[in-house]
Amino acid sequence: MTSTHHDAEIAPELAELHLADKPDGPGAAVILAAGIGILVLGLLTTLNEVSEAIHSFLDAFDGDGGVGPLSGKTILASVAFLGSWAVLWGLWRTKDVDIRRVFWIGLGLGVVGTILMFPPVFQAFG
Amino acid sequence: MELSSRETWTVIHGLVLGTLFLLAFSGGLAGLWSLRPGLVTTQGIKERMTRLYYGIWIMAVVAWATVITGTWIVYPWYRAALAPVGDDPFAGCAGAVVPTDTCSPRDFLLSNVSGTTESWHLFGMEWKEHVAWAAPFLATAAAFLVTYYGARLVARPWLRAAVIVMLVGAFAAAAIGGAFGAFINKIAPII
Repeated sequence: MTSTHHDAEIAPELAELHLADKPDGPGAAVILAAGIGILVLGLLTTLNEVSEAIHSFLDAFDGDGGVGPLSGKTILASVAFLGSWAVLWGLWRTKDVDIRRVFWIGLGLGVVGTILMFPPVFQAFG
Repeated sequence: MELSSRETWTVIHGLVLGTLFLLAFSGGLAGLWSLRPGLVTTQGIKERMTRLYYGIWIMAVVAWATVITGTWIVYPWYRAALAPVGDDPFAGCAGAVVPTDTCSPRDFLLSNVSGTTESWHLFGMEWKEHVAWAAPFLATAAAFLVTYYGARLVARPWLRAAVIVMLVGAFAAAAIGGAFGAFINKIAPII
């Protein structure tokens, strides 16, 4: 890991806090994971309309709890968010990843996911 | 003056947790916005960061609690198919002006027995039940970033702006869920 930040030079009031430099990998990991979670939720929302088999699969997550396919969509999206965060954390925890680039990728994934869970879009596949 | 068990859960889901989320969001946004070089002393940064950590994690936890109670406790009452009799999917809603024991809120809205109400389900509820789940993902990510970088955010305006974007995204998702939840519960209350 290389130190690439000069926080106390940009904001002198931080000098007294003696903050050690940190890699951007863990920050980038959670940003991308949030985008992945939203994308998975959007994809599953649309796929639920496309395929009866996927609908039944998602519906089975709550047994007879009455939540329906929303149970599978939200459980799998949460697993995608937390799971990808754990994996990316493991891969990037000591690395200085380009967090700006990762942010734009994560934002793109989030926007696509949000579009896919907009009713006029996913209902068009029903 | 009393609330049924279902009404109590609806209040917890929408009003109690929703209000807490809004308060925590406001505090978090104000705290992040003013976390700029030259505006806060070293002592002020320490004091502000502690408050920000609490506020933003409360926001994240409340976001999870809101979507979990909404999806797993309140939503099944809304969604129950109570009205079908024979080939008529909305027989139980005949003559209803509000949801009843034989006509769930979803049945009531889709049946159009009391005005043109189906869009409240087909658009409002369908959007709300999905998009609201973006809120805990984004709020948790924002909370982690604030905790991980801490006071370093003072010196990193771009990163601070990115966290604010995520925080506002979480709020927007929650606002869509909250607004449609309030309107739908007004038209087709869970009783």
